[in-house]
Amino acid sequence: MIEFLKQPWPWYIAGPLIGLTVPALLILGNKSFGISSSLRHICASCIPANIPFFKYNWKKEVWNLFFVFGIFLGGAIAVNLLSNPVAVQVNPKLTAELAGYGITNFTNLVPLDIMNWHTLFTLKGFIMMVVGGFLVGFGTRYAGGCTSGHAITGLSNLQWPSLIATTCFMVGGFIMANLILPYILSL
Amino acid sequence: MQNKINQNTDFEVRSLDAMCINESNIQHKWYHNIKYLIIGVLFGIVFVKSEVISWFRIQEMFRLQSFHMYGVIGSAVVVGMVSIWIIKRFNIKTIYGEKIEFHDKKFNKGQIYGGLLFGFGWAITGACPGPLFAQIGTGASVVIVTLLSAIAGTWFYGLWREKLPH
Repeated sequence: MIEFLKQPWPWYIAGPLIGLTVPALLILGNKSFGISSSLRHICASCIPANIPFFKYNWKKEVWNLFFVFGIFLGGAIAVNLLSNPVAVQVNPKLTAELAGYGITNFTNLVPLDIMNWHTLFTLKGFIMMVVGGFLVGFGTRYAGGCTSGHAITGLSNLQWPSLIATTCFMVGGFIMANLILPYILSL
Repeated sequence: MQNKINQNTDFEVRSLDAMCINESNIQHKWYHNIKYLIIGVLFGIVFVKSEVISWFRIQEMFRLQSFHMYGVIGSAVVVGMVSIWIIKRFNIKTIYGEKIEFHDKKFNKGQIYGGLLFGFGWAITGACPGPLFAQIGTGASVVIVTLLSAIAGTWFYGLWREKLPH
């Protein structure tokens, strides 16, 4: 059983399990599945700075912080108890393309060749981690949700604004990955 | 009366651009939140084991080189959709007997501008907010910087919110 769990899980196992999070949170306490809100609650609890957007009773939303702390623990458990020593198997075309940028280490979930404490202080590393992270936090809140809140919860509840948001996530990602990221990786 | 007004104002602020609004009016002790921690743990394990938090998988997705991510998100949406339909159809209550509420999402231009900006960030970092927490859990300590930067991004959105087109 453990050997079976250690293999990478196929999409038709993982996707439905992620989808079941939606009814699980609703039935456990009327909570809408969404993760980017946790970033707002962290702002509201730690650095509200008298900004109206952060002036609300974040303690009512503390479940969301327990949830993301659980995701952190889940990551630690999966990598320590259920890890698979084989590197991620990706499309050979991607392997070849990334090799051109000096990315050859596929053993981790993040590309260690370009995302580590040393590259953080280079222009490329700064863009990949600091600028990229800023866009994730700014964009998700501006859009009112992320992949979980809009793409999964919103679409599940047939909300057309969520379809617009999800389409824009994908369009932005396609533009960045294919047209802009090659220049960043070449830095 | 005063108290009631305060509560309503709080609800108004919290509901701004948020998918997550706590609808429950029942007050619980803090340890009731442990159940959300457990769901989070299970969710984090699925994230890692299905490689959806892998930067490489996200790059494949945006280059149309693999079906994996589309399969994961697509089947998650189908399961979510059927679940919500069942909850509405059979009027399923929470474990505390409360009615499960759904709110319609209003359109604003932020979903376009913010959506595109998040798409850029997603393709660069290979992570949406959830995977950031899981990646740190797997020991990629430098992702803490990405997470702090995402928190800063959220904070600056709050600061500039009134000036941004919505």
